[in-house]
This record gives sequence, structure tokens and C-alpha cells, in this order.
Amino acid sequence: MSVIPDAPDPFARDRGGPAQPLLSVSGLYKHFPVRKAGGKKQVVRAVDGVDFDVLKGETLGIVGESGCGKSTTAKLLMGLIERDAGSLLYDGQPVGERVMPWRSYRRQVQMVFQDSYASLNPRMTVEQSIAFGPKVNGVPGREAVERARALLARVGLEPKRFAGRYPHEISGGQRQRVNIARSLALEPRLVLLDEAVSALDKSVEAQVLNLLLDLKAEFGLTYIFISHDLNVVRFISDRVMVMYLGRVSEIGPSDTVLDAPAHPYTEALLASMPSLDPNNRTQAALLQGDPPNPIDPPSGCRFHPRCTLAEPICSETEPPLDTVGPLHRVSCLARQPGSGHSAAPARALAA
Amino acid sequence: MSGPMSNPEPAVTLGNLRVAFGKVQVVDGVDLTVERGQAMALIGESGSGKSVTLRAILRLFHEGRSRIEGTILAAGRDVQALSKRQLANFRGGDVSMIFQEPLLAFDPVYTVGQQITEAIRRHEKISKEDARKRALALFERVRIPSPERRLDNYPHEMSGGMRQRAMIALALACRPQVLLADEPTTALDATVQIQVLLLLRELQRDLGLSIIIVTHDLGAAVEVADRIAVMYAGKIVETGTAHQVVLDPHHPYTIGLLRSRAEGALAKGSRLQTIPGSPPDLANRPPGCPFAPRCFLVEERCRQEMPPVAEISPGHKVACWRTEEAAAAYRAGPTPVRAAEPVPA
Amino acid sequence: MTAPITAASMALDGGVLSAGDAAPEAAFVPSRGFWGHVGHRLVRDPVAMGAGAVILLVVLIAILSPWITPMDPYKGSMLRRLKHVGDATYWLGSDELGRDMISRLMLGSRLSLFIGVTPVLIAFVIGSAIGILAGYVGGWTNTILMRTIDVFFAFPSVLLAIALSGALGAGIFNSIVSLTCVFVPQIARVAESVTTGIRKRDYIDAAKLSGALPLTIMRVQVLGNVVGPIFVYATSLISVSMILASGLSFLGLGVRPPEPEWGLMLNTLRTAIYANPVVAALPGVCIFVVSIAFNLFSDGLRAAMEIRQ
Repeated sequence: MSVIPDAPDPFARDRGGPAQPLLSVSGLYKHFPVRKAGGKKQVVRAVDGVDFDVLKGETLGIVGESGCGKSTTAKLLMGLIERDAGSLLYDGQPVGERVMPWRSYRRQVQMVFQDSYASLNPRMTVEQSIAFGPKVNGVPGREAVERARALLARVGLEPKRFAGRYPHEISGGQRQRVNIARSLALEPRLVLLDEAVSALDKSVEAQVLNLLLDLKAEFGLTYIFISHDLNVVRFISDRVMVMYLGRVSEIGPSDTVLDAPAHPYTEALLASMPSLDPNNRTQAALLQGDPPNPIDPPSGCRFHPRCTLAEPICSETEPPLDTVGPLHRVSCLARQPGSGHSAAPARALAA
Repeated sequence: MSGPMSNPEPAVTLGNLRVAFGKVQVVDGVDLTVERGQAMALIGESGSGKSVTLRAILRLFHEGRSRIEGTILAAGRDVQALSKRQLANFRGGDVSMIFQEPLLAFDPVYTVGQQITEAIRRHEKISKEDARKRALALFERVRIPSPERRLDNYPHEMSGGMRQRAMIALALACRPQVLLADEPTTALDATVQIQVLLLLRELQRDLGLSIIIVTHDLGAAVEVADRIAVMYAGKIVETGTAHQVVLDPHHPYTIGLLRSRAEGALAKGSRLQTIPGSPPDLANRPPGCPFAPRCFLVEERCRQEMPPVAEISPGHKVACWRTEEAAAAYRAGPTPVRAAEPVPA
Repeated sequence: MTAPITAASMALDGGVLSAGDAAPEAAFVPSRGFWGHVGHRLVRDPVAMGAGAVILLVVLIAILSPWITPMDPYKGSMLRRLKHVGDATYWLGSDELGRDMISRLMLGSRLSLFIGVTPVLIAFVIGSAIGILAGYVGGWTNTILMRTIDVFFAFPSVLLAIALSGALGAGIFNSIVSLTCVFVPQIARVAESVTTGIRKRDYIDAAKLSGALPLTIMRVQVLGNVVGPIFVYATSLISVSMILASGLSFLGLGVRPPEPEWGLMLNTLRTAIYANPVVAALPGVCIFVVSIAFNLFSDGLRAAMEIRQ
């Protein structure tokens, strides 16, 4: 029961079957050149070797603090900035090459931005903004507008009242609904939500999260959900990826990662969430200071200067992202057998 | 120490505070008392008037464009009666404030140390060296690593968390009795936010500081505050100790806020409880309780008449006609009773 | 793909949409549209409306002047030179050749407005094209275009206008050409910075993601957002242009006598400044009032176009 006229069944477009990841990212790099005072040329290692898969029909949460590279990753995935190295496979096909040019990839992968106001053209009505995508993809004008109205209705905005409005005439939550509607106008299979609910008030955030859940079920969507709020990520995600200074520190099922974190950084992030129980307030912060600057990341494990488990070996060896449990991978020497870290589990246990 | 017993006069008292900008009544009759040495959190969503209430304590508005009514007593002074000059001494001297964005509080062309010593010397007659010593002590107090070196930094040379600490140091430079904090941790990363919240708690305890923190984040409020006041559409709908408000809420709006949080979800993939609708238009307020159109317990009386403030238990005050039903609904479990009649179109 | 949406969940969302921002009773308020908003706010700005009225009045006089001047603006009389303001025949006095001042001022508004506004309009078209191109394409195109523009910036605009006019020779057409050359770099500058700002907005990224071609994005998403601010800037240049044009005529590089034009009139009346200072100052007053009016109106327009969330 799709509200979009003649919407193709998302699975009709499926190539590789349910076991093949919808999006497979490997060896993704992006360094930005910066000039520091004194004319020295340096690079910001915004994304520094990131690999992950997005499975069909799941919601992959990406969490991390500022400078961890999550927003750059989002832009790289959408091709809004050019990657230095790495490959994207969409349903098995390399993105940006002849079989899957960016234009056709973007019909299947869409994005919702954090700033609901900046992401809508202030001179276009809500309806025009939503209909723009279908129009430039060859949908006749009237049909595109009808589709826009159907989508507005689907995201909970009565078309009669909202279609002709301008972005500044509606509230933040309503604007974000419009942005969601626009992202769905091209009938994508994958929607990337970059801090899409972070700027909203809590009660509005809850409404939008519910909407996202409904839309996912209705249109068979896959989400990449980027957020700094672990509670929201826990609520909406099937799997969670934790990033630190341009690298993946932990990835796995959200229950495992957020209830029994294997990486000390994930643990610290969780301990930083404010308590909601007045009888049980946080007593001490696990981490001191700010997240370091990705211009000059520490050697070895990037987390070692702030890590409670750090040993000399951590500053020498860069930990690989290794499997520690079902679907659960961690880049921490203390969790990897035979790494040389004193806390590492014995090899036999892992095997 | 300066507990409430030794110092019977409260740190801040707001009596029927009303603030309007033009026709928009942003704060609509707020009564609030903050005892000495106490930390109070004002929570609410955007447009609830929490930030305006806080700023009214320092009269931080353009005189011509705003109208402040009611009584404001802070640090033993009648704020409404202060002259321009007295107000300048009062701000930063008796009561000081920290903001969400520290870069706006600092002048980019001076070092942080210069600005703090300058602030101290503006309020007190002491030598440059002594002022600098005090600035250094403040930097140690707010736990800025290598404080001596950091005093000579320009604001942009510091990281976000460190700037926030430096701003707290600046706010404390003249030994104020009351610290007002407007969304102090909203722009910070999670691991930094908790450090700043813990620092505020420590300052309250060690310096006997009275703190009012404005935040939209219930978690941040619980971490810092002894008491919490929940604001909606310019009114305080519920006040009490953190325990009372968070564990035994009696106002449907507080219940809605608690329920709509993602960590309160029953199970993965289940829907969140939401508060339907959006806040009222403050320019034309409907009569009665402003929350009535969104309330799950609404009845006819709510739409006609603003409920009086009832004291549920000592120190726990709620402005609602149906506090008992609300509390019972909260205790009964996570599915609030929905009103039989539909929300008006 | 059936949706597992329960009736209850729909009811919840239903509540969301029904209790929107507007008061529930005010069911459907049609949007005013962007220009509707601008107009609505402009009408409420007394200063801008006053300035607009002055401009409208001057434009009307300019259009109708051949028919409504009380006397022949070209016919002089050696006997009735330099009459004072308030004279029974010559309401605003007469000039050094005994021509009626009010008639000459009215007819002079035509040329003064024409050579004040035309260069700005032409420069608006050319400058916007250069600036938007540079801003949207960016990179080397931007560097080359904008550095070339910067060369023109090195000269003060008055000097540049005089130099160009001097090189091209006197005449209305030449002074319009030289004034256009003065304004193109300024408008291009503003157009470039506005476009560069717009290009970084998220909605341009969103348009890219929808698969639109660069030209479509430029036309649909960029143009509407940059033309407004550039136009406002251009209107603020009209006052400068009027003063420069008058200056050129004053120096004998623009309009030639006996055509009435305010700047030229100021020049020829210069000799009478001791004999009859009030009349000698009248063309200057006209230039002053009209340029201030354009400036105030452009300020009001800019304020009205600022959309707030």
C-alpha cells in the first residue's frame, strides 16, 4: 500500500539478494589540506581508513564526537565531496563507475540534513522543494506535484495546509518532515540521516523518530542514522558503529555494543550520558579533556592517550578492526588475542 | 558554610514575573525561589520562556522593546530598582552568567587571561599582578590543564570544552553569589558535557554558589540540579526536588517529556510516546491551561480556567487540575490514558 | 509492502498535523509567497514608503514634464535673470540666462534619472552574470574573473568615471558607458559573494543529490536566491550613479547645454552663487533628495527581504 503512485516494489530493484550488503564501504579516506600559521601545510585526517557494510533493511547507527569523521563519511557516501581513496559498492556494483554512475546511485540513496532550515530553498514552497527531484528526473510536472502532496500527507503534514507554505512559515519539526518527504520523493532504498533529529525539541524528536520507523516499514527502507545521542541511536538502530578520529573503533549489534561495549572509548561515551535518576547521578567523568584534533592524531591506537587500558604497545601498533563476537568487531588491542596487550584474551578462547 | 539555615534570605526570588516583547507575552507569571547554595534547573522546550526568565534576572533586554513586570530579587538586590550604573556592577559582580556559545562571551582580540584580569580590576581595586594570580587560581579551580600557559591563549586557540571552562572562570572572577547558566552544555560533545556538568556541581558545593541552569535536556538537569522547574508556554507548570519531578511527576507535560525520551522506549522498534501537537502561539494565548490542547487528561475546565498552583507535598508544586489522575497514570505504566475526545482539528 | 501502522499510531500522527502551529480555528491560511511577505513588510516601513513616494513623484514628473512645465524651459530672457525663489512668475526663480528654474528642474529630472538609473541597470545585468558565474563555478574561473574585477577596484570610482568619460569624449551615451564600467565590478563583487554563500547551503547539496544538472540547479535553486540581494545592492548604487552622472555633467563630460540636467545646471549656476545662492543650490537639493530617497528605499527593501525563521 504505497502512497506514491506506481511505486515499484523496492525489492524488485534488488540485485544481490538479502545476504549481499546494500552498501559496502572499504578503505575510505579523506584528508583535507589546511594551512597553519607559519605556512606549514598539514592535513586534517577527517576520514582515515573506514570500512563497513550496510545490510539490507537495517538501520546502521553511526555515533562519535565532533571531529570523529561521521559527517565527512556521510558526505563521502553521497559523493558531495570526492574521496581520496576507497570504494563504495552499492548492491555489489561499484559506485561512480559505468555500471552505477553517481546519478543512478543517487536515485537510490538520499540524505536528510541536520539543519532543517538551511536544507530547504527559502524561495520555494514546500511542495516545489519536494517535487524538484522527481521533475529533474523526468517525472511530468503535474505528476511530480501530486507525488509531493501524497508524500506530505504521508509525513503527517496536511497537503492542503502545507503544500504552498515557505520554509520560514513552518516549525522546525514540520520542516524536518518536509525534508524527509523530499528524501523519499525519488523512492530511494537507502536514506542517510545526518543528525536529522538533533536540532529538534525532545517531544518533536520523538514524533519524528516514530515517523521514521513507520516510513522504514512502509517503504522497505534502509537507514544510516548519524547522531551524537546514544539514547536515540540505541532506540532506532539495529547495528551501531562508533567512530573516533576518523576511524571505526567498534561496530556491532546495538544491544551488544551499547550494553556490553568492548572498546574503552564506547564505554566512556556511554558513561558520559547524563543519568536520569536523581538517586544515581554520575560521580566522575571517565574521560578528561576534549576529543583531540584530527590534524595530528596520536600514533598507534588513536585513543591511547585517553585510554584507561593503555599500555606501551598501544602507542606503537595500530589495532586492526577484528571480530570479537557475532557481527561484533572492535579495534582495541586489549580485546584481540595475541596482540601483545597484557589484558588481551588468550588465543584459544577466541577460536 | 552558607546553607539555607544560616542565610534565610533566598538567593533569587521571582514574584509573578512577566516579560513581554511587543504583543508576545513570553514569560507569563513566573514564581520561583532559589535558596542560597542551591542549584535549580529550568527545563522546557524552545519557546517555553526559560531562557527569557533567566535573562530577566540580569535585565539583559533592550529597554524599549521589552516590558518586565513583577518582582526580581537576586543576591539581596531589587533588580528592577537598580540604576544603569548599579546594574553594570551587579552583572558579573553579584550575579554572573555563562552562555551556550563561549566565543560570544570573549573578545577575540585579547587573551583570555587579559579579559579575566580586566574583569576583576573593573570590580575591585587590586594590582595587575594580584588580579593575574586570581585568574590563575580560577583556571586551576575550573581545572584547565597547564593554566599558566592557557591564560595567554586567545579564545580561538582553545578547544570547545576548554573555552567553556574559561568562560566559567570569567563568570566567577568577581566572586558572584549566583551563577546563571543558559544551555551551558548544549553545544558540547557528550564526553565534555559531563565534565562541565560535574564541574558546575563541584563549584556549587565548594563555593556555596547558587546556580540556575536553563536546559532542554532533562538528563543535564538531573546531573546538576537539586530542584527542577518545568516551564511550558511562559509558565512554570511543575517545581520540586529532582526526585519529585523526575520520579513522581504530577503534571501531564512533565510526564510527556519523560515519556518521549528515547531511553524510555519499551523495546527496540516500539514506538515512542509522544506529546501530540506543538506549543501554542504566544501572541494569542487561548484561555485556560496552555497545555490543554495537547494534554491526555484534558477536560472542559482546563480550557476555561488556568489551574491554580497546588502543593502536592512539601516543596512540590504543580499547576494542574488533575494532578492525582496524572500521577496515577504515570505510576500505572508507560501507556498514558488518551483522552476520549479527539484533539481538535 | 504493507505498512504495519496501527490505528493508534495514525491517530498520534493525526494529532500532530491537526494541531499545527496556527490556531486550530484558523483552518487554512494561504501563504503570501515570498514577494507577498516582502511587500507586506515594506508597506509597514514608513521611511521606505516615504522614500518610495518621493521616487514615484520624481518619476511621474520626469515622464510628464514636457506637458506640465509651467513655462518653456529653454526660453530665456536677459532681463529676467536670477530672479529669487518666490517670484510671482518664476516660482523657484530663474537661472543665469533667465530661464524658469522650476520648468528646467522638472525637465532636468528626465536626463538626471536616465543617466543615473541606466548605468546601474546595465551593470546589474552584466555584473550579476559575471559574479554568479564566478561564484557558482568557483575554482580557477572564479580566481581569473575576480582578480580581473579587482584591477578596476584599484581606482576610486569618481576617478575611473572621469578618466573613462574623458577618454571616450563628452556625451550622454559615453557617460552612461563609463558609469556602467564603474558599477560592473562592484555589482560583480557582491554577486560573487552572495552566490558563494548560497552555493554552500544544504539545499544546493540536496538539489545535487536529486540528480539535477548544474544548469538546472543554477536556474531553479541559485538564481532566485541571489537576484534579490544583488538587486537591493544595485538600487543602493542608483544614488551614487546619479551623483556621479551629475558630476560628469558638471565637469562638462556628460550632458551638453542647453539640455537641462541637474548636474549641468549646478555647474552653470555656479557663477551666480554669490548673486543668488538659493537658486544656485536648487539642482543640488534635487540630486540630494532623490539619491537619499533611493538609498532609504533600498535599505527598506533589504530589511523587508530578510526572512527570519
